[in-house]
Amino acid sequence: MFDIVEARFLAPDVKRFRIRAPQIAKRRLPGQFVIIRVHDAGERIPLTIASSDPLEGTVTIIVQGVGKTTKMLNTLEAGQAVHDVVGPLGRAGEIEKVGTVVVIGGGVGAAIAYPTAVAHHEIGNHVVTILGGRTRDLVILEDEMRAVSDEMIVTTDDGSYGRKGLVTDPLNERLAAGWRPDLVMCVGPIPMMRAVAEATRPYAVKTIASLNPIMVDGTGMCGGCRATVGGKTVFVCVDGPEFDAHQVDFRLLALRNRSYLMQERESLARFEQETAHRCALEGTQERS
Amino acid sequence: MSDLKPGDAASTPNPPPAVPAPPSGDGGAPALSAKERMKIPRQKMPEQPPLERIRNFQEVNLGFTAELARMEALRCIQCPKPHCIEGCPVGVQIRDFVKLVAEGDYAGAARLIKIDNVLPAICGRVCPQESQCEAVCIVGKKQEPVGIGRLERFVADFERENRLTQVPGIPPPTGRKVAIIGSGPSGLTCAADLIRMGHAVTVFEALHELGGVLVYGIPEFRLPKEIVHAEIDGLRKLGVEFVTNAVIGLSDTIDGLMENGYDAVFIGVGAGLPYFLDIPGENLVGIYSANEFLTRVNLMRAYSPASDTPVFNVGGKNVAVFGGGNTAMDAVRTSKRLGATRAMILYRRSEAEMPARIEELHHAKEEGVEVMTLITPLEFNGDENGWLTSVKCLRNELGEPDASGRRRPVPIPGSEHEIPIDVAVIAVGNGSNPILRQTTPGLEFTRRGTIVADNATGKTSRKGVFAGGDIVTGGATVILAMGQGRSAAKAIQEYLTSGVW
Repeated sequence: MFDIVEARFLAPDVKRFRIRAPQIAKRRLPGQFVIIRVHDAGERIPLTIASSDPLEGTVTIIVQGVGKTTKMLNTLEAGQAVHDVVGPLGRAGEIEKVGTVVVIGGGVGAAIAYPTAVAHHEIGNHVVTILGGRTRDLVILEDEMRAVSDEMIVTTDDGSYGRKGLVTDPLNERLAAGWRPDLVMCVGPIPMMRAVAEATRPYAVKTIASLNPIMVDGTGMCGGCRATVGGKTVFVCVDGPEFDAHQVDFRLLALRNRSYLMQERESLARFEQETAHRCALEGTQERS
Repeated sequence: MSDLKPGDAASTPNPPPAVPAPPSGDGGAPALSAKERMKIPRQKMPEQPPLERIRNFQEVNLGFTAELARMEALRCIQCPKPHCIEGCPVGVQIRDFVKLVAEGDYAGAARLIKIDNVLPAICGRVCPQESQCEAVCIVGKKQEPVGIGRLERFVADFERENRLTQVPGIPPPTGRKVAIIGSGPSGLTCAADLIRMGHAVTVFEALHELGGVLVYGIPEFRLPKEIVHAEIDGLRKLGVEFVTNAVIGLSDTIDGLMENGYDAVFIGVGAGLPYFLDIPGENLVGIYSANEFLTRVNLMRAYSPASDTPVFNVGGKNVAVFGGGNTAMDAVRTSKRLGATRAMILYRRSEAEMPARIEELHHAKEEGVEVMTLITPLEFNGDENGWLTSVKCLRNELGEPDASGRRRPVPIPGSEHEIPIDVAVIAVGNGSNPILRQTTPGLEFTRRGTIVADNATGKTSRKGVFAGGDIVTGGATVILAMGQGRSAAKAIQEYLTSGVW
């Protein structure tokens, strides 16, 4: 069991956890992830490590509740524990002093982009961060990102905060005006990463995407996370998770991520029904 | 089981001689001549009927009763120079344990086996005895060989079920520490041998559950997990320490382990990355590696409604499994149990060349698996949602033998055809895992990605580091991996005692 030291909502359905895992905290590098199993009959899900504290022996993950497992995880509080945490998995991101680096985080992707932004800031790159969300509440880690960025742009789809529009809008404008950053790093929903890749492709600006496919073991054994990159099959867990965004077949990745859509919906519906039932029962007991 | 008669009636020329009642007190086998013994037919393994078992994940083979076991043991002629022991990769004292079975001392037989084989309940189930001990059995020259595997299984189960397992004495601690990477067959065997030599042993496992391929790969219906857990508990009682969720190479490194006081390391991480077919369309939704399909169903128990891990709903669907080994058989039989309408094996050579155990192929066919041979897949096709719909194949004929000595499949021009399928499982073997290669300087690998290790000792290119099992052989059987775990343990003992590399 791995103890939860801190649990706090950053946005609706988005929760930050600090979990005690000293060995992972000691070894982890930016870009790497853990696999978590919430309970004894739980599935294994990959989550990128947002940050770690080797002295305290904790790793921080940020979880968006979308399916049963992530929603169940998000019900946990400090003092409780998750069944399994394994890592750090995957290859660390390549962090080099290149000049100007654009870090783009869409939604909860900001959590994955954050450690990369920190690393680029620390190595001395000029970091331009673009954070995006559907609406104001869904823009997370703004203060943390601002602290490691030389420039910061926030966009929301509905214009409730920052600039109205998509993360690609400011990127497109600047590229069209002749701006040529040395590296673009994007993390977020697949359509966003695809849009970023298409935005930078005509200008041949090196662009990296961090992929988040379905995984089981996370150590190369099952091949469930395979993706097509540059026409070749890769295993995201051991060959990635970061790849040249211009080479990634995002369409296939999106299709594969929908493999269990039906089962996931059913499982979530069952979980929500059970949770509602339990709440109702507890409510009755409190009243009686 | 009352309707089960001993022996296989069809192959019984004479009625079997009467077997005396189980011995009371002093035991002792009945005095039968070798000729009389040879007349006893090989006893059949009771099993779940095919139509029943394809609706559950329980074990197919039900195991011998004590009566069947004693009858089978009486078939052994107690050769003065038995060949069976040489046929066993770990040198189990087969003749003597079979004698104890005939005498009714089942727990004694189990203990005798355990001197050489720490996992008899597992080996009795999954070893290919027909190509090892039983292949060289002298009775087998004229009759069917003695059912050594079935007897091994029986005594191991008897000992466990009757709680007769004894924890053997351990010598005083040597003060030496050994790290074992991987809790599969080679790691467990190595750990068991080293702990009994007085060394401190820690086993590191990447997954959340111990057992390696025994729990993620081999299905419940062939090897119940409860048995694997019981054998691992036995090791825990001996003092072996187990650490799950530890991916050595990432969570820690081999150098890190050695700096932290481990005097030697044994690498038994198994085969790694599954091979795919390298044909168009193989990343479509619906195409699994056998590792993934079996891991979802076995380790993650996707067949159970209580499990959160999904697996494609194969109920009423057509499933094609590519390959002809035991893993392919496990996958296709699993798909049948999950309700597949058509569960097909597609293999590029003929049945004669299949590496699967005969028993597995036989069981698969009994369960309604379609075995389609001499077929090479060319391309997977899918629908607009990226879901698999069919596979385009070519028919082959057998040509000249290739490097493996098996006749090579040669495509027949113009024989292209399409088979509608909903789910495909690729079971054509594994490459190796890059994690240790990327994180262990000085450890030598072959071009195929397997670790270079001495055949007799498991010594690698790094001082104090040994390796065995599939990460060295590239993919073999449980018992061969165990054999390598054992010889490495012996070499580790020599290294720790002498300090000489």
